[in-house]
Amino acid sequence: MACNDVLRPGHVQLRVLDMDDAHKHYTKRLGLIETGRDAQGRVYLKAWDEYDWFSVVLREADEPGMDFMAFKVRDTDALDRLEKAVREFGCNVERIPAGELEHCGERVRFDSPTGHTFELYAEKDFHGNAVGTTNPDCFCDEVKGMGAHRFDHCLLYGDDLDGTVKLFREALGFDLTEQVMDGDLMIGAFLTCSNKAHDLAIIRHAEKGKLHHASFYLESWDEVLRAADLISKYDISIDIGPTRHGITRGKTIYFFDPSGNRNEVFAGGSTWYPDQPTITWTTDQLGKAIFYHDRQLNERFLEVVT
Amino acid sequence: MSECIYTVSLSDTGESYPCSDEQNLLRAMEALGRKGIPVGCRGGGCGVCKIRVGEGRIRALKMSRAHVTAEEEAEGVVLACRAFPLSDLRLAVIGKMRKNLCRIQSAPGAGHKQT
Ligand code: FES
Ligand SMILES: [Fe+2]
Repeated sequence: MACNDVLRPGHVQLRVLDMDDAHKHYTKRLGLIETGRDAQGRVYLKAWDEYDWFSVVLREADEPGMDFMAFKVRDTDALDRLEKAVREFGCNVERIPAGELEHCGERVRFDSPTGHTFELYAEKDFHGNAVGTTNPDCFCDEVKGMGAHRFDHCLLYGDDLDGTVKLFREALGFDLTEQVMDGDLMIGAFLTCSNKAHDLAIIRHAEKGKLHHASFYLESWDEVLRAADLISKYDISIDIGPTRHGITRGKTIYFFDPSGNRNEVFAGGSTWYPDQPTITWTTDQLGKAIFYHDRQLNERFLEVVT
Repeated sequence: MSECIYTVSLSDTGESYPCSDEQNLLRAMEALGRKGIPVGCRGGGCGVCKIRVGEGRIRALKMSRAHVTAEEEAEGVVLACRAFPLSDLRLAVIGKMRKNLCRIQSAPGAGHKQT
């Protein structure tokens, strides 16, 4: 369903080992903008081209990783409908009151078969992007570092891939745009609630609840190359790239935040329409599927998660 | 104060390399193109560079408690990317890549163990 009750990825809360280091990375290097801090010490960030108050929340903790990823839904009726759907699917569901995350309305929190925590919400305060909505300029030249345009998607690792794919397709109305198959075993799923190649991706993995990366959108290959320059200039921990994926066709680079959470910035990516067939990749061609140029599997990219 | 250079030896491979007290153990190895400790996130988050300090002293920064418990840390188990030498060191490598996509990466019948 392209016109879904679920609109898009809305926010991700990441755990970091040191808030000062993380803050510097996500603002000065990735280019997000701080929009607030709360009594718990959490830091709220948004990208320059996002309208809502925040899309990334950082929380200092003893171990890095992802606390939860949230999707914005059409309205409070949709929130009620979807809450019922995930409850009927068998998830543990909890309502989080408005304001628990500042500037965010009531959230419906649920767990998934791969051990991740997801949330849905209908309302978040409007902050406005950096260029406005009347005769806006095409870019923001005040932005820092890589100048990420928006938080785009997460790739998560977990054990019961089939269960989480079923949850997102059947209860939340997502489409399966691409899949990686090892014979008849699905090992990777790319899911969309919109028109994009993916809003969420999940890979089969022995442990539950792992984060592979949080990804941010750039406009062009030039911006990806500039991100690569900044990664070298500021000695950021590089993972792999700049390169292109076969899966989703995105042009991409991966690196780690100072706590070891992987980030991606990417440009391009294919378009999804709900009448399109799901694309299948087979494991004998997995090198090309993941890294279209190199066509080699990379152990660190496949195995390192937080 | 000037930096001190210490010698880091890996018990498993017999490999050794110099490491400044201002450089973490993983980074010094990587910068010299040496191998022995698996390299992951380089930020104390993923656990693949986990080591045990057999001989010598180190100073460690905050690292993921999911990978190194307080008890382990007290016994000299640390993440190499968060540890700096305070003397010459002898290390045992504990961390490894997890190989969870074992069905893809292993040859038929190779029988990877999942951890
Ligand atoms: S490389 Fe990830 S914890 Fe050291
Ligand atoms: Fe991605």
